[in-house]
Amino acid sequence: MKRPVGKQFMQGNEACVFGAIDAGARFYAGYPITPSSEIAELCAKFLPQVGGVFLQMEDELGSMAAVIGASTAGTKAFTATSGPGFTLMQENLGMAIYTEVPCVLVNIQRNGPSTGLATRPAQGDVMQARWGTHGDHPIIVLSPSSVQEFYDLTLRAFNLSEKYSIPVILLSDEVIGHMREDLVIPELEDLVIVNRKLPNKPIKEYRAYQTENDDIPRIAPFGSEYIVHISSSCHDETGFTHSKPQTADQLVRRLHRKIERNQEDIIQVEWFGPRKADVCIIAYGAVSRTAKQVVVDAQEKGLSVNLLRLITHWPFPDEQVKEALSQAKVIIVPEMNLGQVAQEILRLNSLQTPIYSITRIDGEIIMPSEIMSKIEEVIR
Amino acid sequence: MSTNSYKNYLKEEHFPHIWCPGCGDGIVLHAYAIALAELGLAPKEVVTVTGIGCWGKSDDYVATHALHGTHGRALAYATGVKLGNPVLTVIALMGDGDAVTIGGNHFIHAARRNIDLTAVVINNFNYGMTGGQYSATTPLKSKTTTSPLGNAEPGFDICSLAEAAGANFVARTTPFHVVSLKNLLKEGIQKKGFSLIEVITPCPTYFGRYNINSSPVANMHWLKDKAVSVSRYQHMTDEDKLQHFAIGTFVNKDRPDFYTMYQQINDCKWEGGR
Amino acid sequence: MKAKEKIRISIDENLCKRCGICSEFCSEKVFLELDNGMPQVTVPENCIVCHLCDWRCPDLAITLEVIS
Ligand code: SF4
Ligand code: SF4
Ligand code: SF4
Repeated sequence: MKRPVGKQFMQGNEACVFGAIDAGARFYAGYPITPSSEIAELCAKFLPQVGGVFLQMEDELGSMAAVIGASTAGTKAFTATSGPGFTLMQENLGMAIYTEVPCVLVNIQRNGPSTGLATRPAQGDVMQARWGTHGDHPIIVLSPSSVQEFYDLTLRAFNLSEKYSIPVILLSDEVIGHMREDLVIPELEDLVIVNRKLPNKPIKEYRAYQTENDDIPRIAPFGSEYIVHISSSCHDETGFTHSKPQTADQLVRRLHRKIERNQEDIIQVEWFGPRKADVCIIAYGAVSRTAKQVVVDAQEKGLSVNLLRLITHWPFPDEQVKEALSQAKVIIVPEMNLGQVAQEILRLNSLQTPIYSITRIDGEIIMPSEIMSKIEEVIR
Repeated sequence: MSTNSYKNYLKEEHFPHIWCPGCGDGIVLHAYAIALAELGLAPKEVVTVTGIGCWGKSDDYVATHALHGTHGRALAYATGVKLGNPVLTVIALMGDGDAVTIGGNHFIHAARRNIDLTAVVINNFNYGMTGGQYSATTPLKSKTTTSPLGNAEPGFDICSLAEAAGANFVARTTPFHVVSLKNLLKEGIQKKGFSLIEVITPCPTYFGRYNINSSPVANMHWLKDKAVSVSRYQHMTDEDKLQHFAIGTFVNKDRPDFYTMYQQINDCKWEGGR
Repeated sequence: MKAKEKIRISIDENLCKRCGICSEFCSEKVFLELDNGMPQVTVPENCIVCHLCDWRCPDLAITLEVIS
């Protein structure tokens, strides 16, 4: 088969696979689970064609571990899962964050908790994506809302992961994963591909976790002349286990710093509709598509409504949300969960702007009429 | 090669190690370093993968590449490392907890897949690091801190498990039989496909104290007395078998490993890909 | 027994944890266990360089050197 290029028509999960392969991913390990299984199936088909390996692991614990293993050996690696599988992956997600191993984890959110409505969409994992693994830790989470964006953000997820030596979660949902629409896949030479930084010191002076001004380590792949030690225990610059309180403190603070200081690079949002409006809808993923329709309908009705769409979930777009809070008279937050992002917006609401949360947890997508009637109710 | 070249594989600056007096882990570490030295593998060609537990600390003392991960996942990381760069020699050092208790699922599937790895499993019949609780290999009726009156569960036979799952090389030895230990490690590492070397190892501090004796010397005598060759074991009465365990090689075959099969079956190329 | 090679057996006191394995299992009784548990090399000339004490020492404390 040939690499798809130019205008294409495909499913979200399919676009994700081509985005990953274009980003340079050559290893996938996963356990089939609805509604993410197409990603595994397509990796099984296409990865060997580009010299990569697809591996169906025995469970999600092992899948995430194998992804870490492949990445430490220098191969860009990823996995995809959903619902209970995402829960099992939290163990080694923490390992990848702590040991700074680049990799990508795709979560096609489905209704939960537990087995839930396995084939129905939801957005209930926003907080789990942020805090699911134990201990203080930073994370990058991106949320696509179209097939095109699924391709683009998969590529971006790998790039951010390599650039900042951190796992990146692509937090999609059943709607975006399974929908089919047009997208344009660029020529290979038009893609920007980021690869992890390699050692820049003589072997004798090399310490894998020693950072320069950027707080980002230069971890050589296993097999290179630079011997690398990676440890899930508290470790010092050498990578070897080191249990001094100061070492633990410095390590976790640096992990946070490397993301905090690069928020501008990492955070992406989209403003849709008038730049300033009385009502601002803050939405993401599948629901942001509904919200766009509402903005268009509102314009026809002569209502002043815009949309702040979160493309980066975490780190949270504090500045952009604060802007929305200061500009709008009312904030509406429709989500397929019980208000996980609405709560986060409340945290930033020093101006006490009224925030209305619209929630759905029945496996059905939020309809434009639900948002519109809320708007009409609150601006009356 | 000089007799001390095993030192190239060790981080002696991290000694003395954390293990208790008479703990077998140090003997296996030493044999591991000698095996690598005698095989002439450069430290950069080897990735040592460890899990959690007393033996899970062994990566602190090796000078090869190393990956020390979460409890039970060593073989899953190792699988990824091997497939991420198939020229590497990847060796997982695990305890009975890592290998066949919390990580049992990865163990049987790594063996079934016949991935080209070596698993060195130290079996001391309990969790030493957390204070001597029972594991999936603790024998029936043995005393541990979570089976104070005796274990109500029977233990796994790790070698039988690996054999049934499909490993290419399966062997058992002890740190008392240190020459065979070193040789089996070498054989296992050289074998293409999944190799298991189970090392029945003393934990004088817990399992030994509760079930054998707390003296390191007594635990070594126990290994000496209990271990018999595979051929001798086969001719023992059932009653005698209960009092002994077999050491030596149980399986040595050449089923194609996972990556070889994978490449053979998926022989197709993507035109114009990167 | 090997030909008259001179053997130096050294025990690193910083590493030895006094487990007694070396003296217990040396077939040539080269070691004597002191009251404090430290092994002492008493009759190095009996050593047959089997290396077993070296390899069985759990603390990698024993070094055998052939000086000839
Ligand atoms: S607790 Fe047991 S296994 Fe752990 S170091 Fe001590 S003797 Fe060895
Ligand atoms: S075997 Fe090693 S640790 Fe034990 S007494 Fe002898 S030298 Fe010391
Ligand atoms: S090498 Fe053998 S004979 Fe010599 S001291 Fe050690 S155990 Fe005894």
